[in-house]
Amino acid sequence: MERTDWIKVHPLVVRITHWINVVAVLIMVTSGWQIYNASPLFNFAFPFALGGWLAGALQWHFAAMWLLAGNGIVYVGYGVASGHFRRKLLPIAPLAVLRDVREAFRGRLAHDDLSKYNAAQRAAYLALIVALAVLVASGLVLWKPVQFHWLGSLLGDYEGARYVHFFAMAAVVFIVLVHVAMVILVPRTFPSMFSGRARRAS
Amino acid sequence: MNKKFLIHRAPEVARLERRLFLKRGLSLGALAMLSGCNLTDQESVQRVLWAMSRWNDRAQDWLFDPKRLAQEFPESAITQPFPFNAFYAEDEVVEVDGGRFKLEVGGLVQNKKSWTLPQLYALPQVSQVTRHICVEGWSAIGKWSGVRFSEFLQRIGADLTAKYVGFKCADKYYTSIDMPTALHPQTQLSFRYADELLPAKYGFPMKLRIPTKLGFKNPKHIAAIFVTNQNPGGYWEDQGYNWFSGS
Repeated sequence: MERTDWIKVHPLVVRITHWINVVAVLIMVTSGWQIYNASPLFNFAFPFALGGWLAGALQWHFAAMWLLAGNGIVYVGYGVASGHFRRKLLPIAPLAVLRDVREAFRGRLAHDDLSKYNAAQRAAYLALIVALAVLVASGLVLWKPVQFHWLGSLLGDYEGARYVHFFAMAAVVFIVLVHVAMVILVPRTFPSMFSGRARRAS
Repeated sequence: MNKKFLIHRAPEVARLERRLFLKRGLSLGALAMLSGCNLTDQESVQRVLWAMSRWNDRAQDWLFDPKRLAQEFPESAITQPFPFNAFYAEDEVVEVDGGRFKLEVGGLVQNKKSWTLPQLYALPQVSQVTRHICVEGWSAIGKWSGVRFSEFLQRIGADLTAKYVGFKCADKYYTSIDMPTALHPQTQLSFRYADELLPAKYGFPMKLRIPTKLGFKNPKHIAAIFVTNQNPGGYWEDQGYNWFSGS
């Protein structure tokens, strides 16, 4: 009988918070598009969105924000306290990131050992965490511009925060699209986000 | 005849059916993407969303600092022209006869006598240049003048421990606010905009200016004010906008 070597690639907390985050971000982004459509910042509107109309979208947005923030606190808390971030996301060398992004475009990116992230992955995941944190911060300013005025003064006040919120959303959507494309290109990464383990590369 | 037509047109019919099938497939995909609209209409989903909105009322009530002031701006920052916004078009704005107007006061107040405009204008007047933020996302800075609402509530002997203040308007609009916001130092019963008598489009004879709440919580054309412990809801609030909607 052949023995298969399994290695642990994703801790349970990371897997749970990942999938909760998928739901939360999906709701936040699509309901956010409906809210955007009520008073567009730019010369376009989103063709599809969640909520049916502004009030419905706001209800979704203000409900899912608790899910996003609560889940984010658990994830970041775990990542910092357990050393998960330090082990998996650091160090990030800018040159290595550039090299791996270039390799990825050539379809030659090494991701044989699923328990280790290459430099492009590290940069993307860290950027996603930062973008989501910026979304939450600018969202707080938009939701409570008076109570969180101190935070608003860092983000261009109410009107500035609208743009920060928009571009952070665009960054999240971009990173997620690249992420999903990479998963499609390396499909064996997908089940490991459920099971937490992967076959050792031989 | 029909049969003959069908046979004759069979290739076209098949093409049409294929096209219909394709279209249906596409709409199925679109439906999956847009399922939010359908999802939102489902009763159980509706219940959860409304329950979350009530939870958000409590969270905002807890976050609200009755002493924290909204930012005030120099007059040079005023938005020109200040946008008109209502649940109807600008040419449908209600015209109130100021000479015969009387503001009704009711509910948990000691002095229920109505107020004429000259009586209201005689109250101590203050001004503010603050940012009006619409639930739609846009904002505009304007200058409003009138009496501090807390001052007015004291004059009518309102029960300041009551939970809500409700407003009925001449344009059939209605809304309500929490007492802590009603007593906030910047909450103002406004009679003037940009140093002019409040024009009809901005809410003549008076509006409630609350820089710590979204625009739709700032009722215009106020005709009656009442103090109560039962949440009176509001025109937009009853349709789904969050009731507290504080800034």
